[in-house]
Amino acid sequence: MKRVSILNRKNALTLFLVIVMYAVIQGLIVTDILPPLYTSTLIQVCVYVILAASLNLINGITGQFSIGHAGFMAIGAYLAGIVSVKFHGPLFLSLLVGGIVAAVAGFIVGLPTLRLRGDYLAIATLGLGQIVMIIFQNIDYFGGAAGMQVGRHINWSWAFWVTIISLVVIHNFVNSTHGRACISVRENEIAAEAMGVNTTKYKVLAFTLGAFFAGVAGGIYSNYMYFIQPTTFNFLTSFNILVMVVLGGLGSMTGSILGALIMTVLNVALSGIPSLRMVITALLLIIMMLFRPSGLMGTKEFNLNFLEKKGERNVA
Amino acid sequence: MKKFFVMATAAVLSLSLLAGCGTTGATSNGGGSSAGGNLKIGADLELTGGVAMFGTAAQKAIDLAVEQQNANGGLLGKQIKMDYADNKSDPGESTNAATKLITQDSVVAVIGAMTSGNTLAASQVAIDNKVPLISPTGTADKVTVENGQVKPYIFRACFIDPFQGQVAAQFAANTLKVQKAAIFIDQKSDYSIGLANAFSTNFKSANGQIVSQEKYVAGDKDFRPQLARIKSSNPDVVFVPGYYGEVGPIVKQAREMGMNQAFIGGDGWGSPELFNLASADQLNNCYYVNHVAIDDPSMADFVKAFKAKYNQDPDSFAALGYDAARLMFQAIKDANSTNGDKIRTALENLKGFKGLNGDITMDPKTHNPIKDAVIIKIENGKNVFMTKVSPK
Repeated sequence: MKRVSILNRKNALTLFLVIVMYAVIQGLIVTDILPPLYTSTLIQVCVYVILAASLNLINGITGQFSIGHAGFMAIGAYLAGIVSVKFHGPLFLSLLVGGIVAAVAGFIVGLPTLRLRGDYLAIATLGLGQIVMIIFQNIDYFGGAAGMQVGRHINWSWAFWVTIISLVVIHNFVNSTHGRACISVRENEIAAEAMGVNTTKYKVLAFTLGAFFAGVAGGIYSNYMYFIQPTTFNFLTSFNILVMVVLGGLGSMTGSILGALIMTVLNVALSGIPSLRMVITALLLIIMMLFRPSGLMGTKEFNLNFLEKKGERNVA
Repeated sequence: MKKFFVMATAAVLSLSLLAGCGTTGATSNGGGSSAGGNLKIGADLELTGGVAMFGTAAQKAIDLAVEQQNANGGLLGKQIKMDYADNKSDPGESTNAATKLITQDSVVAVIGAMTSGNTLAASQVAIDNKVPLISPTGTADKVTVENGQVKPYIFRACFIDPFQGQVAAQFAANTLKVQKAAIFIDQKSDYSIGLANAFSTNFKSANGQIVSQEKYVAGDKDFRPQLARIKSSNPDVVFVPGYYGEVGPIVKQAREMGMNQAFIGGDGWGSPELFNLASADQLNNCYYVNHVAIDDPSMADFVKAFKAKYNQDPDSFAALGYDAARLMFQAIKDANSTNGDKIRTALENLKGFKGLNGDITMDPKTHNPIKDAVIIKIENGKNVFMTKVSPK
C-alpha cells in the first residue's frame, strides 16, 4: 500500500499552472491591455464551463439524459439576483443561496423523475426547464416576464476561482467511491444494482450536485449580466449546454471544459455575421458527429499523468 | 484514416476560431471613429431569435437612413458606417453586443435594442462608457427613468405606453365627441392598467364620465357577463386596452349582443390576426392608437423609398428604427462632435425635429420624445389612417 499524498508533483504542477493562468489574465485586465469584450467572454466561458461540467456529471458520468439544465441555472440566477439586489447580501452568500436552492429543486425533482429512463427522463427534465421558466415569468416579485435588473458584482477573479473550486469538487466526486458508483450506473444499471449499488441514491446524488453547480453558474451569470429575463433560460439554453458536453465528449470533464470554451468563443467571434453564425455552428457539429461521434475527447481526460515516472503513476 | 479525420476536424475547429478572432481583431484595429474618414454608429438589434422580425425590420430602415444621409454628404463631413451586432433577442447577448460595439468597434452612438428588456441590458454598458443610446421601440417606463432619475445617455424614439391612453381619451372626447365611456381591462397586464389609468384621468378632465369599468384576464374566452354589465351602463364608447387575442372575441361578442358603440384600443390591437378573430363587419366603428400608420400621407416618401429598396411595405418597427437613426444623426450634427457628452446634450435639447409622422421634441426630464400618435380606423377589414393626435 503506497500512500498517495495530496501534494504530489502532479497536483503541485496543476495548481501552479492554474495560478499562472489566473495571474496572466488578471494582469492583462488590471493593466487594461485586455479589451472588455475579451474579459466578458472569459467570464462567460467560466459560467459555461461550470454548466457543462455539472451537466456532464449527470449526463456523461451517471448516464442519465437530462435536458433541463437551464432550469437550474434560472433558479440560481434569480435567487442569487434576489439576494444581491433585494437583500444587498454579499456575493459569496448570493452564489451559495442560488446553488443551494437549485440543489433543493434538483433533489425534489430528481426523486420522482430519475425513476424514468432514457427518453422519458429527457422529456421530464425538458418539461422541468419550461416549468421553471414559466414560474419566473408569472411571479411579479421576480420581475415577471419583463425581467429583473441585477448589478454587476462579478469580476474575473470571482468567476475564475469559483469555476476552479467547482471543477475540483466535481473532479474529486467523480474519482471518489460515489463517483465510481455513478459510473457503474452509467455502464449497466442492473449489474450495478446486483452488486449492491443503490442506483436511485447515486442518480439523485449526481443530479442534486449537478443542479447545485448549475445554480452557482446561474448566480455568476445574473451577477455579471446586469439584467435577466426568464426567456434567457429557455430550452435552447439547455440544448446549448448539452451541445457543449457532447462536443467535448460525454463523460470527459476536460472535454466539457473544451466544449464550453469552443462554443462560447465561437459564439462571440461570429457575432459580427449573424446570418452565418448558425450555419457555421451547425456545420461544425455535423462534421463532428460524422467523424468523431464520441466528442472531441471521447471519455478520455487530459491530465498531467504523463509527467509522472512510470512507477509512480497511480490508479487515477 | 480515422486519425486523419480527427486531425481534420480539429484543424477546422481551430481555424474557424482563428478566423473568428481575426474578424474581431481587424475591426478593433480599424477603431477610432475619426481615423478613416468614417463615422461609426452601432446598432444592437434582434437580428435572430424570438423577435428577429423587429430587429431585421429596423435594420433595413436604418440602412436606408444611412444611405440617404451619406448621399447628402454624411455627417460632420464623414460617411456613416453602421456596425450591427446581433443580440439574438436575449438580454445577456444584448449586453455582449453593446460591449462589442462600444469597446471593440468604438462606435460614436448606439441604436437599439428593440425590446425593453434588451435595451435595459445594454443601457448600463452605454452609461458606463458615456456613449448615447437610443431605443427605437423600448416602451417600458424604466428604460429611460429609474427611481425617478432619468438615465443619462439613454433615449428612446417611441412614446411610452400610458401616453396611448391619453391619446385615446383626447380622441374620444374631441373627435368622437362622446361623454360616457366604459373601460374593459386585462387585470393582469401592466400595459392594460397603465393605458386604462391614463385614459380615465384624461377623459374625466375633458368633462367625460366613466360609466363602468370591467376586468378580464388574458386567455379568457367568454366575455358576455362583463359585456352585459357594460351594455346596461349604456356608454357611448368602450375603451379596451388589450391585445388582439382577446380584443377580437370581445368585439365579436359585443356586436352579437347588439352593442354598436365605438370600441377604442391601443397598439396591442395592431395585428392582422385581429381580422381572423372578428368579422370585418363587426370591426367597423373600431379605432386604435398606434405609433405610425403606413398610409399616413406624411410617411409617403419613406414608404416609397423603402419599397423601392426592399420591395416590401415597411412596418412600424421599420418606421421607428428610421426615426431613431435620424434622431441620432441630427443630434451628432447639432453637437458638431463625436463626443458622447455633447451628443447627449444635443439629443436632450432636440426640438421640432421632423420625424416621419410629425415633429419630435425630446423631453430632457424623461428622455421620452414628445410626438404625435396616430389613430387608425378599422374600415371593412382594413386599417385606415384617420388622424393624428398631438400630446397636450
